[in-house]
Amino acid sequence: MLKPDRIVTTTCPYCGVGCNLQLHVKDDFIYKVTSPFDSPVNHGNLCVKGRFGYDFIYHPKRVTTPLVRRYLLEGKPKPEGREQVFAVSKDGNPVAHSQISNDWDWVETDWDTALNITADKLVEIYKRDGSDAMAVYCCAKATNEDNYLLQKMYRALFRTNNVDHCTRLCHAGSVVALQQATGSSAMSNTASQVIMNDVFIVTGSNTGENHPIIALQMKEAVKQYGAKMIVVDPRRIDLVDFAEMWLPLKPGTNVPVFSAMAHVIVEENLINHEFIANRTEGYQDFIESLEKFTPEYAEEISGVPAADIRKAARMYATAKNAAIYWGMGISQLSHGTASALALIHLAFLTGHIGRDGTGLNPLRGQNNVQGASDMGSMPFHYPGYMRVDNEDNAVQWEKTWNIEAGGLSRKLGLTTTEILSHAHEGGVRALFIMGENPMMSEPNLNVTRHHMQQLEFLISQDIFINESGAFADVFLPATPFAEKEGTFSNTDRRVQRVRVAQPPRGQARPDWEIICDLALRIESRLGRATAKWDYSNPEEILREMASVNKDYAGITYERIDKVGLIYPVPDLDHPGTPTLFTESFPRGRGKFIPLDYVPVVEEPDDEYPFILTTGRVLEHWHGGTMTRNSALDEAYPEARVEMHPADAEMHGIMNNMPVRVTSRRGEVVLRATVTEKTSVGVVFIPFHFAEAAANLLTNDALDPQAKIPEFKACAVQVFPARESDLPNPDIVLERGRY
Amino acid sequence: MADKINLIVDGNEIQAEQGKTLLEVAREYGKDVPTICYHDATTANALCRICVVEVEGQRVLQPACIVKAAENMKVQTRSEKVIRSRKTILEMLDSTMDLSEAAEIQVMMKDYEADPNRFPDAERREVPVKDDNPMYIRDYSKCLLCWRCVQVCADDAQYTFAINFEGRGYETQIGTFFDKAIPETTCVLCGQCVGVCPTGALKPKREFLLEQGMSPNEISVLNTGRKRRKEKPT
Repeated sequence: MLKPDRIVTTTCPYCGVGCNLQLHVKDDFIYKVTSPFDSPVNHGNLCVKGRFGYDFIYHPKRVTTPLVRRYLLEGKPKPEGREQVFAVSKDGNPVAHSQISNDWDWVETDWDTALNITADKLVEIYKRDGSDAMAVYCCAKATNEDNYLLQKMYRALFRTNNVDHCTRLCHAGSVVALQQATGSSAMSNTASQVIMNDVFIVTGSNTGENHPIIALQMKEAVKQYGAKMIVVDPRRIDLVDFAEMWLPLKPGTNVPVFSAMAHVIVEENLINHEFIANRTEGYQDFIESLEKFTPEYAEEISGVPAADIRKAARMYATAKNAAIYWGMGISQLSHGTASALALIHLAFLTGHIGRDGTGLNPLRGQNNVQGASDMGSMPFHYPGYMRVDNEDNAVQWEKTWNIEAGGLSRKLGLTTTEILSHAHEGGVRALFIMGENPMMSEPNLNVTRHHMQQLEFLISQDIFINESGAFADVFLPATPFAEKEGTFSNTDRRVQRVRVAQPPRGQARPDWEIICDLALRIESRLGRATAKWDYSNPEEILREMASVNKDYAGITYERIDKVGLIYPVPDLDHPGTPTLFTESFPRGRGKFIPLDYVPVVEEPDDEYPFILTTGRVLEHWHGGTMTRNSALDEAYPEARVEMHPADAEMHGIMNNMPVRVTSRRGEVVLRATVTEKTSVGVVFIPFHFAEAAANLLTNDALDPQAKIPEFKACAVQVFPARESDLPNPDIVLERGRY
Repeated sequence: MADKINLIVDGNEIQAEQGKTLLEVAREYGKDVPTICYHDATTANALCRICVVEVEGQRVLQPACIVKAAENMKVQTRSEKVIRSRKTILEMLDSTMDLSEAAEIQVMMKDYEADPNRFPDAERREVPVKDDNPMYIRDYSKCLLCWRCVQVCADDAQYTFAINFEGRGYETQIGTFFDKAIPETTCVLCGQCVGVCPTGALKPKREFLLEQGMSPNEISVLNTGRKRRKEKPT
């Protein structure tokens, strides 16, 4: 029986639930993960990723030595083209050869060389082309401290707001909608309040696979506390087994369905008059816009029976406490902002917000996407959602970062998707990617590839050479969660500690240390005496940020040593704020915003008859950098396209059969899973698998306000293919789980 | 405020909240009542009977984990009858299963002076280790049928219902329906079961492999076995 050398308490690096972990370590090897049963977040429960999915740390393909391309080392001109070169695992030696030129080979080097080359190139491009040529992707998997520093480096040194991260690809629609309507952009209530709901709506969220521990609380709410759940989703997700109602809407028809619910609530006078009068504005204009959204009209568009819409509306409106939980099925649309607003209206009409067991709750995907957003890793905001085009905000950060008056850029930066589409001569020239993988997560990957190739200089700071890092000029090996100190902010705003379980492997360094080291080198080359970069520990970084971002003002590492605090925590004695908006909204009154129905950009037609919707599976994580280098990949080794039995029969497709899925932008070949988990006319592909990347197919149409792409709906055709067309014919997923 | 009741535990008059079990009351007053199948996170079922206490007026010993404290109850948590019963339970367990990784039970064995050779003719339950999924192994030679794994797989946590008792009497053991391999069941590999197993019968695959003598490096390469096969031209 093994005795651990140490047991380290930390926070799970996967989804936004933020489960508490205890890593059992022996000989610097994590062999077991447990969770304290008194954890307020997960009560000792974990999912497969949290309990078993940490072995990527030890994977032979992990890069722990700084890498640069040979041309940089030898001072030669950059070879033409930008080719993906992945590290190959040969005797643990991660040096791969380029097909096009020896000058494009990866060469192992030391930190000094790698960071000096990086600083030289960045400063050269900045001096030549100015702030607009510089851009950075922060990282929703990295800590608050890492993210704060990286946006600070780009804002303070390169004077640009071209700072964004993958929030743009997941909840940007929800964030913009909540900002417009309430002035805030996080879950209004906590996940642990699910059991206090009498009725709750889950929509556009496959909670069981994507926030497994919150799904357990939802099931508990139904089974033990008598709550009624309404699932509104095109897929028959596992939560439907526990639901009172399932409304299977056509992808991209959220606005008519939820506006029709609002229509019913107004028509049947189920509104909360007092709440509307005292807490909201714009009601009159709004109800006029609702007139056309009859349940019959919504049925025609969405396929959801009008009677079900009526029943769901009554259930939600007449409940004592009702809440809404939503995921990417709401936001990842070219009208994602409008979809989220349609939900917000329901809460405003009924007053189901501002009390325990109610609320508007976007379930955030990544472990620290809430935190990365709070840290200002966004093009329009400094830390604390302070607009960059507001003079007072800029002055405040200029003081904090010791920058001359007027030094910081007041110009809104480019978003994630825009940064890449601006990668051309005269546009963005240098891109720093910390831990993200746009070559998997962007829509329409063939175009993304072209954009990546247009960059002059690309830095990847990561733990693996992923599909994006394979294009980079410089690779900076960072540490995963188990080798660094810091904090994550989970989906319900709880700020929790991340702790060192083992020393960095090889020469890898924590992200915050790399950023500080690089920033000092850039600073000396620019001849600018500016912000502080010589932090002795991550807590100093958090305290600097919290000196301006008042939501975090009362958070210290000591206070969150055992149990995390839920921000806003305005001072050192404040106990945290689980429920928001109890008295008022940050913008004062909640604002009704009239909506119109806008169809998805690409609707199915005779040539492309299916709607493709994308998402995730339980065993994998996003672009797969972590999970596909883990035993999790054995549990779920291949991409699958889900198709309804009725569609499959009509097209001669059987379970496990290879099929070719084609959109106007690309094609993939993968096996079919014939299942009633998806609805008629809708096929589903998870986006984790590089060899059959769903995002080769997806549409890069953007929401005009939030700039979030339409991942959730595009038109495809599906035809049988041959076994030999499959990327890996010898792999067949054998899982009995739903 | 819940109503208080009065009872006598080991000769001491104490007050307890109405509705609390004898186990909760005893622990509140610092009494050592051992438990095996009981877990804070699962519904108590009084399966193992190690927590039995003597209640005056009751014909048989009462399992403290489910019996509620009542007004004027007289309870003995460590009477001779209780000690003999616990000792016998431990001896029976030890003679039929592998308790080598059940640290807490080993402590109880010492505490109750249980004799490992009390039942020399007992047939030990020995079944091969089930290694049928990438995440955890099942070594039912170490299983004492506490039922916690089944409970957390069902409505104490996960609502997945992948495992249950199978067989009857001495043949009873934990299994999947139709004895299917784990990946073919409804199992979502959450490992809630591993988290509550008190005897090491369920454990993470990495831990198991380390114990088998593999080095961390060897285990890490093992993950990539499938991928190496994938690269082979077909």
